[in-house]
Amino acid sequence: MSLLQVSGLQVHYGAIHALKGIDLEVEAGQIVTLIGANGAGKSTTLRAISGMIPCSGGSVVFEGRNLKGLNAHEIVRLGMSHVPEGRGVFPHLTVEENLALGAYIRSDKGGVKQDRERALDLFPRLRERLPQVAGTLSGGEQQMLAIARALMVRPRLLLLDEPSLGLAPQVVQTIFQIIRDINRDGATVLLIEQNAHMALHVAHRAYVLETGRIAMSGPAASLAASDAVRKTYLGAHE
Amino acid sequence: MTKLLQTLLDSIAVGSLYALIALGYTMVYGILQFINFAHSDVFMLGAWFSFVLARAMGLGGAGSGSIVQSLVILLGAMLLCGVLGFLIERLAYRPLRKAPKLNVLITAIGVSLLLENTGQLPQLLGKQPARMPSVIPDLVLVEAAGVQIRLVDVLVIVIALGLMLFLQWLVFGSRLGGAMRAVSQNQAVAALMGIPVDRIISFTFVTGSMLAAAAGFLYAAKYPGLNQPAHSTWVLLGLKCFVAAVVGGIGSIHGAMAGGLLIGFVEMFGAAYLTPHLRDVYVFTLLIAVLLFRPSGLLGLARVEKV
Repeated sequence: MSLLQVSGLQVHYGAIHALKGIDLEVEAGQIVTLIGANGAGKSTTLRAISGMIPCSGGSVVFEGRNLKGLNAHEIVRLGMSHVPEGRGVFPHLTVEENLALGAYIRSDKGGVKQDRERALDLFPRLRERLPQVAGTLSGGEQQMLAIARALMVRPRLLLLDEPSLGLAPQVVQTIFQIIRDINRDGATVLLIEQNAHMALHVAHRAYVLETGRIAMSGPAASLAASDAVRKTYLGAHE
Repeated sequence: MTKLLQTLLDSIAVGSLYALIALGYTMVYGILQFINFAHSDVFMLGAWFSFVLARAMGLGGAGSGSIVQSLVILLGAMLLCGVLGFLIERLAYRPLRKAPKLNVLITAIGVSLLLENTGQLPQLLGKQPARMPSVIPDLVLVEAAGVQIRLVDVLVIVIALGLMLFLQWLVFGSRLGGAMRAVSQNQAVAALMGIPVDRIISFTFVTGSMLAAAAGFLYAAKYPGLNQPAHSTWVLLGLKCFVAAVVGGIGSIHGAMAGGLLIGFVEMFGAAYLTPHLRDVYVFTLLIAVLLFRPSGLLGLARVEKV
């Protein structure tokens, strides 16, 4: 059984039919990526999975449990952590306080301390900036903080929404390396990216989203090699 | 010298009451970004609930209550206003969570009018002004250099400062406070941290209303002449505390505390040394000055944002 099973997922924003029946599956231990153009519905898919927005049809099943009717704050407790679009750090709180809020749902102090250390080892830059207010961090540092904070949940599934957006190429490299490390440490990752090149490079499996529908899916390597994907998303020329 | 010390004492007493009420405005603004105009009515009801409870306990003749009775009345009024604050948020504001802020603001004015006018029904509080029974013994504790330090002033200051210290710990030192600050900065992301946003908002209303109730009790103990529920005195008092929140920097807890005290000082010193007829003018002049020269308030957040 897969860790996450999405079937026929539909979302409406008022009169706009944003998702028209999405089917996707995430196997435990993998990195799965969802690529597609702006407005294809990538973020909407992620938000519907984590309960940030209501879905109007279909189902999301996480570890065998149907998430229907659960709110975002209840879904986190099941072991799913979502790094939202635009990072969403709390700008007036310090790095330390942001990390502490990541562990809001946990009461095992020892475990939290351990995970905090692990997150800071993963992002040494954050350790230097613990007392600094998060709003004054650079974009890359904010992204690191958002990921580190999401790891404080000790998630079995990590949802990442465009972690490379607006970052310098070098920082993008670092972030993707860390996504790999996180995955190697045992977390399953569902990654949304516009940077299809990088995403297909790290992922095991990929889905291509076009105007609210899955257009293609398969192992990331074979999608990266397909002509259609190369032309549309990787900028390859004839 | 006597006048100076006496005015100083009055300023601190009145200022800390203003601060207690200003905290309710600023907490709700911080979390929902609208001005809860019904807050001054919760303050009014804090005073009237204290009156009703004191009557129910048989106070009101000669003599005065004991410390225990005062505490029971204080806690009772806080409890009743806490429930009221919870209901106001649940019934009036929560259904409008996704509506434009202006709708919520107008609703707040509606709730305010509703509370003031239902309070006047003969079956409830009636239209007659009342006199708060003396729950706190009218004792002069110390008399030095011609200044009388009365028990009621000491209690006002001690209880108000105690509650502010408690709030300080609650917001900046507790897990719940962390959740409140997270919700005030980004509700959607707070939910992703597992924070039950609606419950935190309810809790904020209850806390603010309880502080207003405490202020209502202390105000009634200090100034026992209670006007009818809809008398504009209450609106004006509430408005002054709103001014205190704005002067301190709306949304800032420390700003509300500082703003309340500052307003108390400006009002009392103006009344004592200039002319007492213009006491409200001093307060609103200060507001205008702050809005002109430092619109985000004395301790308002200097917004640093980076993308």
